[in-house]
Amino acid sequence: MNICRVLCRPKKYALLVALVMITVFTDVPASAEDQRTASNQLNGKLVVTGSSTVAPLIAEMGKQFESLHSNVRIDVQTGGSSRGIADARQGLADIGMVSRAMKDDERDLQAFPVAHDGVCIILHRENPVQALADEQIVAIYTGKVTNWKAAGGTDAPITVVNKADGRSTLEVFLQYFKLRASDVKAHVVIGDNEQGVKTVAGNRTAIGYVSIGTAEYDATHGAPIRLLPIGEVPASSESVRKGVFPLSRPLHLVTKTSPSGLAKSFIEYAQSKAVHDLIRQQYFVPLAD
Amino acid sequence: MTSSDNNILSRWPTDRLLLWLLRGTAAIAGSIVLLIVLFLVLDALPALQHIGIARFFTDPSWHPAEHFYNLTPMLWGTLFATIGAVLVATPLGILSAVFCQYYAPPALGRLYRKLIELLAGIPSVVYGFWGLVVLVPLIGAIHPPGPSLLAGIVILTIMILPTIALMADASLASIPPQYLRGAAALGLPRWATIRGVVFPAAKSGLFTGVILGTGRAIGETMAILMVCGNVVQAPQSLFDPVRTLTANIALEMAYALGNHRAALFVSGLFLMGMIAALVGAADRISREKIYA
Repeated sequence: MNICRVLCRPKKYALLVALVMITVFTDVPASAEDQRTASNQLNGKLVVTGSSTVAPLIAEMGKQFESLHSNVRIDVQTGGSSRGIADARQGLADIGMVSRAMKDDERDLQAFPVAHDGVCIILHRENPVQALADEQIVAIYTGKVTNWKAAGGTDAPITVVNKADGRSTLEVFLQYFKLRASDVKAHVVIGDNEQGVKTVAGNRTAIGYVSIGTAEYDATHGAPIRLLPIGEVPASSESVRKGVFPLSRPLHLVTKTSPSGLAKSFIEYAQSKAVHDLIRQQYFVPLAD
Repeated sequence: MTSSDNNILSRWPTDRLLLWLLRGTAAIAGSIVLLIVLFLVLDALPALQHIGIARFFTDPSWHPAEHFYNLTPMLWGTLFATIGAVLVATPLGILSAVFCQYYAPPALGRLYRKLIELLAGIPSVVYGFWGLVVLVPLIGAIHPPGPSLLAGIVILTIMILPTIALMADASLASIPPQYLRGAAALGLPRWATIRGVVFPAAKSGLFTGVILGTGRAIGETMAILMVCGNVVQAPQSLFDPVRTLTANIALEMAYALGNHRAALFVSGLFLMGMIAALVGAADRISREKIYA
């Protein structure tokens, strides 16, 4: 027994040391990696974070940019326009993505428009309603009109589809119709655009709003939805491009300071004509030619 | 430590090695839970300080952009959806296990068990997608709008049914055969045997299955997010849309900043508390039942 104890003790310490090392090592690689990415940023890695509307577009642009410059890596992360603003301000990202016009208190950031996106009202294709006036849409969304009969349709209750707090599509919608988030009486609250299209496509009496790019794409790929005009203006990429569609928003890239080096050349690339086909592929509208 | 020194096994260094390895893995597993709780509390702290715990129950509504943080409608949402699903899935699961064990021809029973196992393996987002394109329009045709508490309960029921059924099946299978032979010798009919002998003997296993199912129902996020409508309100009927605590976190986390974000961590704390209460209750009840 005694011999064993003497023999065992060093082993015991060795194990303790091993355990300590395990805990230390699980931490060390993480921070080492952080340092490596930090140094990579100087050498050719751009971190771009923000709006989930802009992210797929920038990711595509990033891929093309990477293929043009082999030593560059563009890392695109989503998290909403608010995150794009916050990350650019705090320096967590080199470039932020924002899917709306810049607010007054965001003048400290440099903003670069890359494309336009419209928000449009969608109905189920079998809903006979062809158009709604702005006041009717407001009445429906505030719960004053709850039956399609009162809005020129058949006798059926209206299902109001709204977006979750914080989404930029919601902000564009509320801003145009001069509503507050708490005024809206919704029956369904959704997260992203695809979920919105699926919800309306599955409900003949639903009304919702999603980004025009998504709606146009899905409508031409079999989803039974109809895009409503705003006023006299038809909801299409065409009218957004012409700048006549009222419910539209610019898509911005933002930086904390005047961009230089890699960030500058990427933003210039994102604003160039070379990416117009990419923008159209994503159902956004390029800046005026 | 001292007791293991007296243990006859401790003569071998390899056993010492094993002992420390096991202690290490146990410590890692335990500290992960504690760390998660710690981070939850740390991230929730700003909200608890600036907003105060009372306002999570007394504010007029949940509108973080306008600084209203009432979580009670979502507590109701989580509670109703979970209780509804457990109430439906428990009899279904246990009775299907009884069918599998005692009534079905062996071939059919095996096939049935495989089907239930398959059901258990389907990812939750697939359930949600199916619910969104099939179940929700169906309910919408009966009673608009469609996305509703009912849709959530149905999806959750289907999701936790295999957990309860498979646990029940396993605990029924482990009943000592002499119990059944004894009952047969007494001339008890099949259902009387199941009710009077099998259920009491398998009670703790059946109960564990229900608890595991409840835990899964409380924590389910993706499927619930897709079918429940996510309107923040205390439901008045089965056809009203609801938002659960988990769906609230998933919907708003990506876009939340400051107090809004911290308030979401508070809902995470609430969820953690619910699970802890559930585990505590389960522990107490199962102990009572075993020693009763």
